Amino acid sequence: MGEDVTQALEPSLTEVVLSCRELTTRQINTRLRELPAGSAVRITEARGTHNLAVGLRHRLVITIEGNAGYYTAGLSDGPDVTVEGSVGWGLAENLMRGVVRVRGNASESAAATAHGGTVIVHGDASSRAGISLKGGTLAVAGDVGHMSGFMAQAGTILVGGDAGHALGDSLYETVIYVGGKVRSLGSDSRVEDLTEADVRRVRGILDVAGREAGFDHVAPENVTRVASAKQLYNFDALKNQRY
Amino acid sequence: MCGIVGIHLKDPALEPRLGEFLVPMIEDLTGRGPDSAGLALYDRTVPDGSLRWSLRAKDSDCDWSAVAARLGQDIGQPAHVTAKADACLLTVKAPADQVRARLGEIAPQVTVVGVGEAMTMYKDIGTARQVCDRYGVERLGGYQGVGHTRMATESAVTTRHSHPFSPAPDLALVHNGSFSNHASIRRRLVDRGAVFETDNDSEVAARFISDRLEQGDTLDDAMRMVLKEFDGFFTLLVTSRDEFAVVRDAFACKPLVVAETDAYVAVASEYHALATLPGIDEARVFEPQPEEVHSWVKT
Repeated sequence: MGEDVTQALEPSLTEVVLSCRELTTRQINTRLRELPAGSAVRITEARGTHNLAVGLRHRLVITIEGNAGYYTAGLSDGPDVTVEGSVGWGLAENLMRGVVRVRGNASESAAATAHGGTVIVHGDASSRAGISLKGGTLAVAGDVGHMSGFMAQAGTILVGGDAGHALGDSLYETVIYVGGKVRSLGSDSRVEDLTEADVRRVRGILDVAGREAGFDHVAPENVTRVASAKQLYNFDALKNQRY
Repeated sequence: MCGIVGIHLKDPALEPRLGEFLVPMIEDLTGRGPDSAGLALYDRTVPDGSLRWSLRAKDSDCDWSAVAARLGQDIGQPAHVTAKADACLLTVKAPADQVRARLGEIAPQVTVVGVGEAMTMYKDIGTARQVCDRYGVERLGGYQGVGHTRMATESAVTTRHSHPFSPAPDLALVHNGSFSNHASIRRRLVDRGAVFETDNDSEVAARFISDRLEQGDTLDDAMRMVLKEFDGFFTLLVTSRDEFAVVRDAFACKPLVVAETDAYVAVASEYHALATLPGIDEARVFEPQPEEVHSWVKT
């Protein structure tokens, strides 16, 4: 695990600028790894480049200008990454801790297998958003595509807009909250009554995600709670498994 | 994995630059398909009533002028040829079946890559850059074009197995993915008289669509029938003389990004292949949803 990310972040005043036109992806990620925690970095001319800001284990404040490609901020533990455009598949895949926010849209499998941290998408996320989520939070202000939350095991997904077909198929412990309509539920997911605890949980996510634009339309007391019906749920809790 | 690119120009002023747009797009997806590359480009330079044949001969010193002269003599119409490396464009005013039959007799070493009133097709093993350089694609104009970079997963790496597949005049199909029931559909098509050139699964989809079009389907309907009949993973881009259409399978397993402006519609497996296009920052960029057919018609 990286250093303690609960400490207040004091980014350095000088922003380091790394251009995708001048540097290879490997050079950019190496430079990021070499920078001290707390550094502020601007990655320019991304033009859909894959694998930007991946594998980072310390707290950097990173801004990516334009659209980024696949696996942006994936396999990371602690950074604060903002993409000013849209991103490709596998945003923040397997994130451990940190915040990743996308001002535009995210393509398929946003926050796939993320164990922790917060992934915020201001626009829409495509199919399989939050697939196999293992912790942390995915908050999408707009819509999500089909099979979102597939086999998600822990953590929370908040969808401000509508959810596509087969939402929450084969869910485990992840709870999904949807502000808009659910096109259809997947196997073994069901709509449940919203409790006070749920409203608090959604409010807590909005306290983080909602500081930014795009979540004003989400009313915590009016979301739909989708959780596992536990008919296909095959983890054996008696064996002290953690998931 | 394979790469798909395509561009359909709405603004005629951009037509002289078609190759200039298409080459960086296809080259950018070399990583998705380093085995072979192919392109189909559509323009309006063929005289009315004529067909232009995209031909290829393994023997690079094929005497194309002699082939054209002999063909012209046999069918009583002049045949014009332009040779580029091992490829040749032959334009002649005669029915396709007649030309194909004569070519088979005069020059059995020649392969027909594609034919049409508007389409030219180039494909070969090697990288996109090698293929584009060999045939000077960057300098070509036209109103729409498609490209494919292939990473072979289920049949041989040869020129014939390269995409696009063109089972009918002016029809081109590029595919990213794999079909699991292609053998059954192939048998059905063979029973209906289809003749296959390869054992490739994508060729089955191309001939299936061609068969539907012959039965009177629109291209959109034919693509919807692919959704109904084919099992597997696919993103397809299919072009005809006037149409440009895409579809993704029910699971959207294979990517596709569309960018549309007033001047063009462009598609690519990955966004970065579109990033060099003019006005891309103002384009409406979206991903087709599963089982949605999106098509654009040349007006």
